[in-house]
Amino acid sequence: MKFFGMKMIVAVSLACMLAVPGAWAKTIKLGAVLAVTGGASFLGGPEARTLEMLVAEQNAKGGIKGDKIEMIIKDTAGSPEKAVSFAKQLIEEDHVVAIIGPSTSGETMALKKIAENAKTPLVSCAAAEVIINPVAKYVFKTPQNDSFAAERIFQEMNKMKISKVAVLSGNTGFGHAGKGQLEKYAPKFGIKIVENEVYDKAATDLSAVIAKIKANPEVQAVINWSIVPAQAIVAKNMRQAGWNVPLFQSHGYGNIKYVQAGGVASNGIIFPAGRLLVADMLPDSNPQKALLVKYVKDYEGKYKETASTFGGHAYDAFKILVKAIEMVGPNRDKIPGAIEHIKNFPGTGGVFNFSPENHNGLSIDAFEMMTVKDGKFVPYTK
Amino acid sequence: MIMKRLLFPIALIVILVGVQLVCRWTGTLYYLTQMTMSAYYSLVVIGLCVVMGYAGQISLGHAGFFAIGGYLAAALTTRNLLAFQNTFLVKALGSAGLLASGQDIYGANTLVVTPWAACISAVVIAALIAFLIGIPVLKLKGHYLAMATLGFGIIIYRLVLASTYFGGADGISGVSSFQLLPGLTVSGESSARVQNYYIAWGLVCTGMFLLGNLINSRVGRALRAIHGSEKAAESIGVDIARYKLYSFVLSAVFAAVAGVFLTHYNGSIGPSEASVMKSIRYVAIVAVGGMSHLWGALFMSVILNFLSLRGVFGTYDDAVFGAILILIMLFAPEGILKINLGAKFRAVFSRREE
Amino acid sequence: MTFELFIQYLFAGITYGSIYAIVAIGFNIIYNTTGIINFAQGEFVMLGGMISISFLAFMPLPLAILLAVIITMVAGALIEIIFIRWLEAPSVLRMIIITIGISILIREAALFIWGESVRSLPYFIGNEITTIGIFGARISPQVLWVIGSCCVMVLILNLFFRTTSVGREMRACAANRKAAILCGINTRNMVTLSFVLSAGMGAIAGCMMSPITYSQYDIGTGLAIKGFTVAILGGLGNSGGAVAAGLLLGLIEAFSVSVVPLAFQDAISISILLLILFVRPHGLFGSKEAAGLKAF
Repeated sequence: MKFFGMKMIVAVSLACMLAVPGAWAKTIKLGAVLAVTGGASFLGGPEARTLEMLVAEQNAKGGIKGDKIEMIIKDTAGSPEKAVSFAKQLIEEDHVVAIIGPSTSGETMALKKIAENAKTPLVSCAAAEVIINPVAKYVFKTPQNDSFAAERIFQEMNKMKISKVAVLSGNTGFGHAGKGQLEKYAPKFGIKIVENEVYDKAATDLSAVIAKIKANPEVQAVINWSIVPAQAIVAKNMRQAGWNVPLFQSHGYGNIKYVQAGGVASNGIIFPAGRLLVADMLPDSNPQKALLVKYVKDYEGKYKETASTFGGHAYDAFKILVKAIEMVGPNRDKIPGAIEHIKNFPGTGGVFNFSPENHNGLSIDAFEMMTVKDGKFVPYTK
Repeated sequence: MIMKRLLFPIALIVILVGVQLVCRWTGTLYYLTQMTMSAYYSLVVIGLCVVMGYAGQISLGHAGFFAIGGYLAAALTTRNLLAFQNTFLVKALGSAGLLASGQDIYGANTLVVTPWAACISAVVIAALIAFLIGIPVLKLKGHYLAMATLGFGIIIYRLVLASTYFGGADGISGVSSFQLLPGLTVSGESSARVQNYYIAWGLVCTGMFLLGNLINSRVGRALRAIHGSEKAAESIGVDIARYKLYSFVLSAVFAAVAGVFLTHYNGSIGPSEASVMKSIRYVAIVAVGGMSHLWGALFMSVILNFLSLRGVFGTYDDAVFGAILILIMLFAPEGILKINLGAKFRAVFSRREE
Repeated sequence: MTFELFIQYLFAGITYGSIYAIVAIGFNIIYNTTGIINFAQGEFVMLGGMISISFLAFMPLPLAILLAVIITMVAGALIEIIFIRWLEAPSVLRMIIITIGISILIREAALFIWGESVRSLPYFIGNEITTIGIFGARISPQVLWVIGSCCVMVLILNLFFRTTSVGREMRACAANRKAAILCGINTRNMVTLSFVLSAGMGAIAGCMMSPITYSQYDIGTGLAIKGFTVAILGGLGNSGGAVAAGLLLGLIEAFSVSVVPLAFQDAISISILLLILFVRPHGLFGSKEAAGLKAF
């Protein structure tokens, strides 16, 4: 779709550069393996567009230390076997310096060993903890850990004196991972999960299951851990049923579109997310504010669609790689070490502090608790 | 006659070796990766070709058998049996030498099934399921048969998606390599590229050999008779049900073997391998190659899978297959390679026009 | 189970049941006239919703829906004319593959035009949380729109087939093609008309259900599969059976939530499909002779 334009622009500019005698600049090849279409397209689509935008911006500034960047983006449509094939292509044929992506945890795990064996840095935009634990030297990820989201939700519940909850999750990898984290951390906060249901990600109406869990008088709040459109459907069905207990969502709620989809029902939803969603409301002293405001403005201006936290994962991956390459040059073997030395690096997901043991770099305060008020995201204060 | 029959196999082997040598000389050995993956998908296609082209049975769920093979191999070789090591079953497996110790990604000890044992169980189970499903399904005809096979494929998809044992939406990763014989290992490492290329294509050649013989044997003639007209075949004493079932199970075995090997090669498998779109792709390739032209199916499978795996179709991968389906079915229902040496020979057995 | 819960499940079941029934009736219309099972049926539902949402930016809701339905009907006619009309006695396999190919192309075209985002029409009455109390259960008015429009469509269709001359010609075509040709009925136009009707019905259903279920480029496939299940359950070609079977499947799915984990809901409809195919392929209400596949 839109990203072929990028390849054309880069190809043409490359050709022009080569045609000019004495054009010395080398190109730095980077690869991206993303789920631009298919079931995870709400992740891969914004990620691919973000990368195109950033590469163009970086090249306009002269690239990295004078060398232009060529970004090769491959669309896996969410299939791990395609991810494997494309990754091998990028590594062995295109000799990319590093790979950004994939968008989903399943695909990332399929690539983890391949990247490690091929000694090629992989900066994933997927969230599962198992990507970076156990640590593989060449594999990193930029999204926050699901466990932080679960912990923040439970912290909030402790403050609200909620102790019995219902958990609804989708049957995607994200939903499954989130369910696992919720179940793992609930006892630590003294919270009991009294209802636990998994639904199909394509489910279009959840009123039956909502009615079922509503009938359980113990339920004091509902946590929904899924991707679109279920997030809006759960909100609607709950409010239609006249059920006004607090509804918590996961950090998958990271796009104002989902609020619009739920309309009036979205008001009052509480969820943890990266600060991108409330960029303009941050105090000016916040290290992330400037880059967030700029990113949102550029993205929405260029692509005429609302910016989401998902595109931000690719933003972070790119910026981190650029910094590493500035530090040690386009050298596959040195980049992991360089990334591990990056500290206090503000990105969209939070402020990154990498180390040889921590290949994610974010901590629990990468998340901000937010809520929806009058159809807008606002920081949640209680 | 013999020359004609040997022509294609010899040509295939020559081309395969040639491709590998050319790749070596031009330093483009990485093409072998996609060639190897295409080979495994082709194994499914040629099996399906026999079912659809020769026996005339529509199967919209064949990706299910691939998934059964792949997922069972993956699950058995990665799921840890250490917790059950004192049960009777595990002890029995252990004493039969079917278990292997290892370490998982966190360094803890594991006890898993050896790849050979997993492979054989996966294929046997796939064959069994094909047998059990085949009996009621193959009684159906036309749309009902298509629907039933579609339903089967969807159930397998739902099963692997819903089950934690099969990894849910994330699938299973970290699948070890498969040592076939000392010195011959199925693995995705780039050092083993050439070896794996020949393993994959060796399987395909063996498969073509088996199926080629099948088609030209009594069973093959019975299948073509069934495709021609079930009632006529019945009237000359062909046991329709048995032959349909036989070809169905055989194709399931081919698909399952492909699943096992590709999973070990990739080191992972995901629910996308069981999806409806995958099944439709296999059908599209068989249709394009010519419903009952084994070589046509193989040829088109290699081309289309190779291009798809290299991302040549970009975001429009599915659209390309959809367009191919329509174009071929509208304009060349007998497949794109109508210029087939065997076409005249097979003209004796006319296609059924309903 | 409390009475209120029962009513809640009942309405959920009837809502979905009506949508499945409409898709199934769409199949039946085309099947009756042509012997083809149109795998692209679900895409008509998707198109109705997506097109009307696009038009909503420029015009009031009723007009947007009307235009969307008309455009989908035209699309149905075009599909028939371009892909189906000039085929000479194709085999079942060929037809299945062609319609599958058509559904894939429509879906990919929708992806290209509208992207992957999820969108919906606004609720016709009220907003996302207005509900009406019925016997203690809270039902969104949109649900009544869905059920109501399905009933109206079935009634109108019934009248159409029974009283108008065109309707009778279509029935003649369905009963015996050759005899219909001999009677001077233009069967080729009947085939096109059957596609147009199915497309229109699907589009209306798509618009009605959009506020509740959201529209996305790939909702067609799942709906088509549920639609087949219902069509076969009710007996292929039997529209009355389709309605009954649709309601039955919808209710089974809705009430299953109370006994079986929600994750298995989809597997239930597939299992029912397989069960019917193995045990009684002519469906609950079909007869064995009618189930013999028609020739195109």
